[in-house]
Amino acid sequence: MRQGFGGIVLSTAFRLLVPFSIVYGVYILCFGEYSPGGGFQAGALLAVGVLLSRMILGEDAKFNVSGKNSVVLAGVGTFIYTFVGWVTLFGGGKFLEYDFMPIVMEPKHEMHAMAIFIIEIGVTMCVMMTIINLMDSIIKRGDDDGSIE
Amino acid sequence: MRGLVAVLLAVITGMFCSFVTYLPEIGDVNNAPNQHVTPSYISRSVEDTGSPNVVTGVIIDYRGFDTMWETGVMFLAGLTTVLLLTSNKVGRRPEEEPEDPEEGEVIK
Repeated sequence: MRQGFGGIVLSTAFRLLVPFSIVYGVYILCFGEYSPGGGFQAGALLAVGVLLSRMILGEDAKFNVSGKNSVVLAGVGTFIYTFVGWVTLFGGGKFLEYDFMPIVMEPKHEMHAMAIFIIEIGVTMCVMMTIINLMDSIIKRGDDDGSIE
Repeated sequence: MRGLVAVLLAVITGMFCSFVTYLPEIGDVNNAPNQHVTPSYISRSVEDTGSPNVVTGVIIDYRGFDTMWETGVMFLAGLTTVLLLTSNKVGRRPEEEPEDPEEGEVIK
């Protein structure tokens, strides 16, 4: 699927849908502390945005992550989470004890909120890139077989 | 031997089904987790975690180690699926041999 299959109707419709899903994904990520939501849901929404734009525009899509980058970024997302744990461990606390983050903020629960936000960015990255990975590999397999043109 | 296994499985299943009825009811006030853990999480989570959402505070702050391995498991599952799907040998038809031996490059 190097070329998309969007005609004029699909292109116009998804021009509305894709930015909405991306903005809503970022909103869910940033407001996961205050409202229902969080990293997993935000990752799914962002992945939907990327996949829709790729389906319509093919490889020419502007908002696109492809190839080996998505595999690497999924690992980076998991690494961010674990890295926060190691940072607090080297800062003198236990693993994932957010009181010992290197950023000093008063009162202490602000540091917890900051750590939660960093972790949710990592979770979002991992979920988004995993979904893109799965779609990518299925599409690639179809391309190689020649069954999907 | 198979009959013995079947009888054992039936006994274990019967024990499981009969013991389930003795579990405490969901939402029972006298249950042990509802006595200490849940009220303290609800009352202390805002000043402990800085997050007004109790669910986020529990899954990322109090139970952060669990969520870390959830993310790791999901990453590994996705990676394994990608490796299986993009490998050339699993679930594909073998390549067809050239019928005319003169056109094939390797002749033994």
